[in-house]
Amino acid sequence: MPTKIEKDTLSGRETTGHEWDGLKELNTPLPRWWLYTFAACCLCALVLFVLLPSIPYGPGYFHGLLGLSSRATVTADVKGMEAQRGVFMDKIKTMPIEQVKQDPQLLAVATAAGRTVFASNCQPCHGPGGEGRIGYPNLADDTWLWGGKLTDIQQTVTYGIRSGNEKARISTMPAFGALGVLKPEQIEAVTDYVWSALYGHAAEGADLTPGRALFVENCVVCHGNNGEGKRDVGAPPLKSAVHLYDDTREAVAAQITNPHLGVMPAWERRGNNTGLDPATIKSVALYVHALGGGE
Amino acid sequence: MTSHDNVRKATAGEGKQSHAGLYAAQVTVYPKAVHGPARTFKWGVLVFCLAVYYLLPWLRWDRGPGRVSQAVLLDLPNRRFYFFNIEFWPQDIYYLTGALILAAVGLFLVTSLAGRVWCGYACPQTVWTDLFMWVERLVEGDRNARMRRDQGPATIDRLWRKGVKHAVWIGIAFWTGGAWIMYFADAPSLTARFWRGEAGTAAYFFIGLFTFTTYLLAGWAREQVCTYMCPWPRFQASMLDEQSLIVTYQPWRGEPRGHGKRDGSPATAALGHCIDCLACVHVCPTGVDIRDGVQLECINCGLCVDACNEMMVKTGQPKWLVTWDTLAGQKARAEGRHEKYRPFRPRTLIYLAAMTVALVVMGTALATRAQIDLAVQHDRAPLFVRVRDGGIRNGYTVKISNKTQAPAEFELTLRGLPEGVMALAEQSGAPAPSQTLAVDADSIGTFRILVFGRPAPQAGGSQALDFMLRNVASGERTSYASVFLGPGGNGR
Repeated sequence: MPTKIEKDTLSGRETTGHEWDGLKELNTPLPRWWLYTFAACCLCALVLFVLLPSIPYGPGYFHGLLGLSSRATVTADVKGMEAQRGVFMDKIKTMPIEQVKQDPQLLAVATAAGRTVFASNCQPCHGPGGEGRIGYPNLADDTWLWGGKLTDIQQTVTYGIRSGNEKARISTMPAFGALGVLKPEQIEAVTDYVWSALYGHAAEGADLTPGRALFVENCVVCHGNNGEGKRDVGAPPLKSAVHLYDDTREAVAAQITNPHLGVMPAWERRGNNTGLDPATIKSVALYVHALGGGE
Repeated sequence: MTSHDNVRKATAGEGKQSHAGLYAAQVTVYPKAVHGPARTFKWGVLVFCLAVYYLLPWLRWDRGPGRVSQAVLLDLPNRRFYFFNIEFWPQDIYYLTGALILAAVGLFLVTSLAGRVWCGYACPQTVWTDLFMWVERLVEGDRNARMRRDQGPATIDRLWRKGVKHAVWIGIAFWTGGAWIMYFADAPSLTARFWRGEAGTAAYFFIGLFTFTTYLLAGWAREQVCTYMCPWPRFQASMLDEQSLIVTYQPWRGEPRGHGKRDGSPATAALGHCIDCLACVHVCPTGVDIRDGVQLECINCGLCVDACNEMMVKTGQPKWLVTWDTLAGQKARAEGRHEKYRPFRPRTLIYLAAMTVALVVMGTALATRAQIDLAVQHDRAPLFVRVRDGGIRNGYTVKISNKTQAPAEFELTLRGLPEGVMALAEQSGAPAPSQTLAVDADSIGTFRILVFGRPAPQAGGSQALDFMLRNVASGERTSYASVFLGPGGNGR
């Protein structure tokens, strides 16, 4: 309690009565309503302390009388959104995929859903923008192994490629080198032909005639007379600037000798409730189609 | 200094306690009615400001069929701000910066010229407090009647008067809060929805909030807001100098003050013009004594000037004992000189220059505002796509803002990429050097554009590509500088 309230001679005002090493403070009283407002704010804080989650204790915390929980709110929000989206997804489920594309509202929903599904399921192999990588096709370019129409993409996503699913897209390329179908020098000759005539790189002084003959004999069945590829069997076009297993001569030779055969899982819903439902698969197919290469 | 004097007087009056204490009770101010030029001017400003505030949202402005027809509207859900014939989009927010700079410098200029006229006449706190005091005077009578009734017993007379006063106050406060929300939605339809109970939580919340704050601040807090809450009085002293016009008592003329008729009798012959009637104190809305000089609480409303003039006339003395003058002018007069008021001084000229610059910049920007806007975002992944024929394709998201009030077609072309062609993703049609894109009235069209080309070999994987946009009908143009990426740079 301040005891030595005195009048300051210079200003004519009272001091607070406090003194610190000879320093005295002039009394400038706060308005009393300020004090009450401050007390009211403190009271509000206390009330909130009781109503809202506040005190942590070891493994848990005091939940507050209102039982407010951000997590529960989010869960409810997500449920609400799913219900909202469910209406559209049900429509997408029953509609042919081309028809979905014609409906701007459904297309917007499907593309938005497709984007997130793509990001969590397809991106690890095909990249965030569908750009692919060596051995995993670029989905944004104009080259398709099995077809780039909406229904083609839908089928590929649903059943996969060499996935073991009974409706999977399946084909194989003989291991010309490993099985001894072609001798090493023949493989070199075919490689020269493919590298130079189809991939379009200069081959210094190579005679392409034997390579062409071997190509006609062994490869055109699937890859086409001019290397245009054949989608029925997923044979990539060779007369192209886009190459699944890289644009190097070594990669060509390696593929002829002992080919990679890519695998993509089937995404249809399986017995153990994994995989994607039909509406989601249509959504992701629509999204992939829109990456830039859709046909 | 005077507020502390008031506080001391008040607390001293409470009884035995002779010290001020660390907390001071609010001293009720009972301003007396007054007549005169300052009061008339203050009424004029009050009516003007309130009329603008209450009625502006109801002003209609024809923008064409199906369009917003309110002159001033802050349409938050649709992100548009309509101000008469100007329509602001969110990206125009820097105009707000300009307007705030103008307002601040304008306030500085006015203050350095004529003191706190903002505080005295135009500040919402002053305007609504004045309005509430007028209601108070109508219901409870003038200063003396109010003081007598407040000090007397709680009679029926006092109760009904207080009741009516507070009811009217709350009514005005409610109207004030109601007018506020009208700026955020179509006023007539919002009013209808409000009374049907369909106006939405935000509308009711803000009406409630502003009803409460208006009632509290104008009815109860009054001068406490100016003295304790408002930052402006705290630093306005730095705008004032000895050349600023302020409301001032002329001590050289008034002192020594004293009662008594100035009839040349020996009792009053030595006295100045001030008869110490306290009329200036009684009319003051913040309860200060102007004769103490410049002080924080004084809002420069000049009501004391009117009050003093009245008394001077009654006592047969010259008017303007309390007047508008500069500190320098008063100093000169005390010494018997006369000093001219100098409105043009470095301080005011700097403020004027700053205002002119802000005005010119704002005006130019507004006058040359584009009705067209283009933004282009290059795809991040993949940066480019190699297509089968060896060409390169880049993807872009193109946003076209059509700020006109009619649907418009825009022609998009490329510059910087020889033989570059483009196509709209997910649309049939061969790639072409230009694309015509339709955008609705007053909206942004978003398009995904695929550009096919072969970057120049020397470009190192990245070359400049400009998107050129032209409004087909009006010919207005704009462009956006982007890049076309290919192998050889950061990509593979």
